[in-house]
Amino acid sequence: MRKPTLFPATMPSLTLGLGLGVGLALALASGPAGAETGPIRIGVNEPLTGPFAASGTYVVNGAKIAADEINAQGGVLGRRIELVIEDNKSNPTEAAAVAEKLITSDKTPVMMGAWGSSLTLAVMPKLADYETPMLVETSSSGKITTSGNPYVFRISPPSALEAEAFAPMVEKIGLKKVDFIVINNDWGRGAAADFAKMLKDKGVAIGLVETMDQGAQDMSAQLAKLKGSDADTIMITSAVDQLTLLFKQMSALGLKKRVITTGGSQNPDQIIAQAGGAADGTLHLTTFLPWYPEKTPNPKATAYFIEEWKKRGFQFAGVTESFRGYDGIRTIAQAIAKAGSTDAARIKAAFWSVDFTGLNGQIRFAKSGPAGRESGQSKPEIYLIRIDGGRVVMPEL
Amino acid sequence: MDQLLQHLVNTLILGGTYALLGIGLTLIFGIMNVVNFTHGALYTMGAYLMYLAVTALGLGFFLALPAAILGGLVLGAAIEFVLLRPLRGSDIDTTMLVMIGAGIVLQSGTLWVFGGVAKSVPTPFPDAPLHLGPVSVSWLRLFVLGAALALIGLTYGLINRTRLGLAMRATFQDHDTAALMGVNVRLIYTATFAIGSSLAAAAGALLGPVYVVFPQMGGLAELKAFAIVILGGLGNITGAAIGGFILALAEELGAGYISSGYRDAMGFLIIIAVLAFRPTGLFARAERIG
Repeated sequence: MRKPTLFPATMPSLTLGLGLGVGLALALASGPAGAETGPIRIGVNEPLTGPFAASGTYVVNGAKIAADEINAQGGVLGRRIELVIEDNKSNPTEAAAVAEKLITSDKTPVMMGAWGSSLTLAVMPKLADYETPMLVETSSSGKITTSGNPYVFRISPPSALEAEAFAPMVEKIGLKKVDFIVINNDWGRGAAADFAKMLKDKGVAIGLVETMDQGAQDMSAQLAKLKGSDADTIMITSAVDQLTLLFKQMSALGLKKRVITTGGSQNPDQIIAQAGGAADGTLHLTTFLPWYPEKTPNPKATAYFIEEWKKRGFQFAGVTESFRGYDGIRTIAQAIAKAGSTDAARIKAAFWSVDFTGLNGQIRFAKSGPAGRESGQSKPEIYLIRIDGGRVVMPEL
Repeated sequence: MDQLLQHLVNTLILGGTYALLGIGLTLIFGIMNVVNFTHGALYTMGAYLMYLAVTALGLGFFLALPAAILGGLVLGAAIEFVLLRPLRGSDIDTTMLVMIGAGIVLQSGTLWVFGGVAKSVPTPFPDAPLHLGPVSVSWLRLFVLGAALALIGLTYGLINRTRLGLAMRATFQDHDTAALMGVNVRLIYTATFAIGSSLAAAAGALLGPVYVVFPQMGGLAELKAFAIVILGGLGNITGAAIGGFILALAEELGAGYISSGYRDAMGFLIIIAVLAFRPTGLFARAERIG
């Protein structure tokens, strides 16, 4: 009984939809031969409705900043780039359908997507079927780059990499026993498994592993269970909306334990705005430091991006999500430039020679997964931040 | 033991709003024979009206709540007047399709107007919870339970103690005879749909501040409302009230002691069990047909 959505796009994307329509008309008028002179089309497969609507919209808005910046500098291969943006409705089935539509109907030789791990995993067989590469900007399930799909290039950290970056901090924070509450999909369960493995190796005890459905709003049953546990820390993996609810409900239950979130989709400023004091003292593993641009790997680019984001009237809270869309499109543009062509196979090959400093570290793909069918995985920076009195601080460790 | 107590308190609080949702839906189905697929959208609208009343109009939390409920009442009356009145007498599939369409329009409308980013409704209640021995409960949730129980009582009184309620019950039993006895059946339909809608809006207005407000929030609420109505028996108001609490209990204990991954599946397991063993609902009485 899940209802289909009539208008998949949010308001800002309405104009984009119009642009898309014009693009489509142009493409139809010029036919396949015109593809060599028209804009280079890049498919964008993101959740613009459903539980991940907020995050997907941020990523798309970041992607648009990159596209505009690249076009203002003369485009790629002397041609403009054009984003063909489609809504996957936070639904894996839709995500696969969107990928198929982008490849076959819009003829995009390369795509970016699909935010969530379950969404990306659903798209991956299509990439192999149509031999089209995709830049994965957000998903963190390990499976994405270890299953032997050579069309996948990921700039977000898999949970194992996040866990590895967190490992040196475990003793300094003083973790003894950890419970998990994670979103019930590939992302959440994958994160719980990877962090539990790392923590066990460090001699930390693992307690409960609770899950919550992706659209669930009331987690008081799970939290009542966690309240009764003797663990000192709760690790949480989910997106911002569910985190906000969790913090509010934890405070309502009088549940006071150390909280560490993973996954990089926390949007700390939105949490501060919506959960208020309930979020005080929480720790978060993030992949971007917009609060301290001078401490990021590429301060100049970070400052430009944040300024452009504000200029467009978007909420500052969104930058921790949208920078991935920005870096994703810049990565794709560099791959196209290095390929010297809009041929999908050449772009795929050129991803291996991409090398530049993105907003969260060097973007350079290392081989990951079974030999001969490796996926590309870049290794971004990972930071631990704390919310303190309504501000984001970096704890001294 | 402490954990069980906490689960039971959670059940009570969740159950109150579930009951509100269920009563609204079962009222409309029982009296009008309309499967209301806008129920979830009206729940969402209630939450957004609450949000607007508190933030944009600055009404204050306690004034915003009746304003949002009133908004739901007006919206429900409008939907009945514009969509259902012209369709009176057409078969149930037609009205069902129209209601599905209306639900999509309302949901997409909120997405279009407010965007996909969740909104949070400020409340005057303290952040610190109330501690009752080993159990903690937030003041806001206590208020929500109180308000839900008051609204359930009000609805019950309206149906069983007023002339409007008498006319509604008469229409429920046999609308042709009621019409012959001088009941303005068309007016009763509008009133029923408006009241049912206002209960959905009330549930949204109460739960919006507890959770966050976003365009798709009504989807799951609507599914749960259907589960409650099937559990209590279609058109059975007392059944829906009790059904709300049973669903909440099943979810709480299911998540607490079986597996939290299947929390939202509990409601549907109940539907399947009820449909298999007691297809007319748990509280059905023998009734004359034909």
